[in-house]
Amino acid sequence: MALPVRKFDAVIVGAGGAGMRASLQLAEAGFRVAVLSKVFPTRSHTVAAQGGIGAALGNMGEDSWHWHMYDTVKGSDWLGDQDTIEFMCREAPRSVIELEHFGMPFDRNADGTVYQRPFGGHMQNFGAGPAVQRSCSAADRTGHAMLHTLYQRNVRANTHFFVEWMALDLIRDPSGQVVGVTAMEMETGEVYTFHARAVLFATGGAGRVFASSTNAYINTGDGLGMAARAGIPLEDMEFWQFHPTGVAGAGVLITEGVRGEGGYLLNKDGERFMERYAPNAKDLASRDVVSRAMATEIKEGRGCGDSADYVLLKLDHLGEELIESKLPGIREIARKFANVDPVRDPIPVVPTCHYMMGGIPTNYRGEVVATAGGGREAVVPGFYAAGECACASVHGANRLGTNSLTDLLVFGKASGDTTIRFLKENPTFKELPGDAADVTMERLSRLDARDSGESVYDVGNELRQVMQMHCGVFRFPDLLEQGVRRIKEVEERVARIAIGDKSKVFNTARVEALEVENLIEVAVASLVSAHARKESRGAHDRSDFPERDDENWIKHSLWLKEGSRLEYKAVHMTPLSAKTIEPKVRTY
Amino acid sequence: MLFRIYRFDPEKDAKPYMKDYQIELQATDRMLLDALIRIKAIDDSLSLRRSCREGVCGSDAMNINGKNGLACVTRLADLQSPVVLRPLPGLPVIRDLVVDMSQFFKQYHSVMPYMVNNDPPPDTERLQSPQDRSELDGLYECILCACCSTSCPSFWWNPDKFVGPAGLLQAYRFLADSRDQATSQRLDDLEDPYRLFRCHSIMNCVDVCPKGLNPTKAIGKIKDMLVKRMV
Ligand SMILES: Cc1cc2nc3c(=O)[nH]c(=O)nc-3n(C[C@H](O)[C@H](O)[C@H](O)COP(=O)(O)OP(=O)(O)OC[C@H]3O[C@@H](n4cnc5c(N)ncnc54)[C@H](O)[C@@H]3O)c2cc1C
Ligand code: SF4
Ligand code: SF4
Ligand code: FES
Repeated sequence: MALPVRKFDAVIVGAGGAGMRASLQLAEAGFRVAVLSKVFPTRSHTVAAQGGIGAALGNMGEDSWHWHMYDTVKGSDWLGDQDTIEFMCREAPRSVIELEHFGMPFDRNADGTVYQRPFGGHMQNFGAGPAVQRSCSAADRTGHAMLHTLYQRNVRANTHFFVEWMALDLIRDPSGQVVGVTAMEMETGEVYTFHARAVLFATGGAGRVFASSTNAYINTGDGLGMAARAGIPLEDMEFWQFHPTGVAGAGVLITEGVRGEGGYLLNKDGERFMERYAPNAKDLASRDVVSRAMATEIKEGRGCGDSADYVLLKLDHLGEELIESKLPGIREIARKFANVDPVRDPIPVVPTCHYMMGGIPTNYRGEVVATAGGGREAVVPGFYAAGECACASVHGANRLGTNSLTDLLVFGKASGDTTIRFLKENPTFKELPGDAADVTMERLSRLDARDSGESVYDVGNELRQVMQMHCGVFRFPDLLEQGVRRIKEVEERVARIAIGDKSKVFNTARVEALEVENLIEVAVASLVSAHARKESRGAHDRSDFPERDDENWIKHSLWLKEGSRLEYKAVHMTPLSAKTIEPKVRTY
Repeated sequence: MLFRIYRFDPEKDAKPYMKDYQIELQATDRMLLDALIRIKAIDDSLSLRRSCREGVCGSDAMNINGKNGLACVTRLADLQSPVVLRPLPGLPVIRDLVVDMSQFFKQYHSVMPYMVNNDPPPDTERLQSPQDRSELDGLYECILCACCSTSCPSFWWNPDKFVGPAGLLQAYRFLADSRDQATSQRLDDLEDPYRLFRCHSIMNCVDVCPKGLNPTKAIGKIKDMLVKRMV
């Protein structure tokens, strides 16, 4: 069946930080661009980012992008591509300054410059230390301030938003070029084809594949699901970041900025245990290191509370004044979700799924690259991706705090610029294939036709439990093995999902069912990739292969939906202009 | 716990009705949103917006036992049973707890909600003293949830003409920014019997803001600025 068609120069799916930084480039350059979002733009999950944006401005002591680059490569456990990392760290200061010019309400120093706080893994002198103040912040609401600023700037640029429109599938023509997406207007339930010369994905993360997550409900990996169904590989999906400090029981995040400002972790004996695991950086070691230390404390019986299943984050010694001025949102969260006032009492915290290092493979220009003609990095014409849904890969096996917001700004802009170049070089629309809407229509009619079947709720919960149990902070060979089997069973159940509500107007049951179809691609990719990677690196920690294996595993995983198959590609060890940072043992 | 929820599906309901849901809460159900998600698992036809579940995205504003608030940061323990839930008042209902926010955003968009500074951008940041920056505290934190505007009688009567507390708070956010250069244009635009002066300081807005912001105070400051520039 053919769908009504709308035509735009470019379609951007996602109005978070990455999508709106990209749309700004296109709208200000005068292109007809449609920005689709499941939620009103300022409700995108970038709004929840707390701690800051990493950029070597050097406002509060010496810093350089070379140091930032070193920390990022080391943080990535040498799985990050050094060309993209150089690009990001070099461009970061300019991107932050630009954001300030857009009106971002950064905190300020006495001399009027942007305030920067210390953050985990960010050091002076090529990792030698001490900690550097690199995280540009607006209290502990940096993401909120940034997302609103970008939205405001887009209002000024007259960007055309399609609010509460859910993209369903990517459309490629027989040559593989991307020519549009299908999408559903949630208010009416109507489905349309968006025909475009270029499509840019900025759909954010998929943290909702885990039962315990800092992520919003809408973070369901839709971009990854759409890409996978259209034959695009997903890169490095075994690497999931567990943030050390999610509120125990609730999952809500407590920013690392708390430790940046001087807070620290305690076990049940009141011991500041990070001193044992990371004698130098202590509580400001990289996230994978801190999360593992916490999980070890809990596993060895030194957790707090009746079930000994959390540790404590102490910050009362910072004083009420500092907490109110620099960490007001944290105080609010702790009171609401943990029933403690951090001015007096420590906050119970546990490692919680937070960030997806993997995603849609891109290069430093924001072009999506995939296997074709014998190569692993052929540019997919007309297709771009940026932000958490993309794998550039700047974060490798472990992302440093503050580097995601940097990623959104730098690669949001770069992908926007690359799209503009492509639009100029390719002024005509490629034809929509006759079967453009088939995948989508089949998915929708399957849901509409079925009267009874699995519930979205049950299947979704099962999926999250499997990931939580089989793909967590510590990974074990037998659990991975079973996990792959169990997630394939969940996959079969997903195909049998039925919804009771078949109405058209704002039917969120249908939306949730379609989201689970994306989550399952993410979950299968993660477990299959994790099962195959026989080493420990960054966030991927295997009991049977506890060491990093540089000889065999400095390579990116590529998972393909067809046949649930894996391929590998080399890590880019050569930066654009700097010298290669050679792999070393990683200690903090 | 008993929940009495406003239901309306324009495709099949001639008019809205209230529906009761009696549910067993689990120990982990802390907030109203947790309960709503449990209800949705039983009756998937209930529609509501939600995303961040921590009070920062502004999606799940609704009328809770007669008062506007966010479901995700409203503690179940603080609620009287039955919990009566209605869509935000004064806006057209699309379905169930989902309202059409167009009018609300139109007013927000009408205040030029972006920084205007026509000087050529310097190579570095525009400097701002910590004191000047602190003028933005209590303003920039708005999450555009609409709890305030939809509890404001003046906004109910004139949603097309009165900017409303949320929009005015943002208008003042830019007036208060030492980097902004459009002060007189912004004030000209607000010097209007409806856009600004429909506010009669009833303070409903302050009472409901889930972020503890004070639109009435901001509105007062805009009025002060108008008075000052007359003399
Ligand atoms: C609690 C928390 C705190 C964080 N703090 C920090 C921090 O201090 N510093 C830092 O660097 N990073 C931080 N991060 C990480 C960072 O915030 C995210 O990685 C980043 O904001 C993701 O931005 P994005 O633009 O890629 O996606 P998002 O902001 O998640 O936006 C995704 C967009 O895609 C849209 N979308 C998705 N699917 C569809 C679809 N099918 N159709 C249409 N639209 C769709 C959504 O509506 C949304 O507009 C934090 C993350 C969390 C969860
Ligand atoms: S103080 Fe003004 S804006 Fe606030 S509710 Fe009253 S009339 Fe409305
Ligand atoms: S001022 Fe408060 S109540 Fe009004 S929209 Fe902003 S956050 Fe919501
Ligand atoms: S879900 Fe985001 S504010 Fe409640």
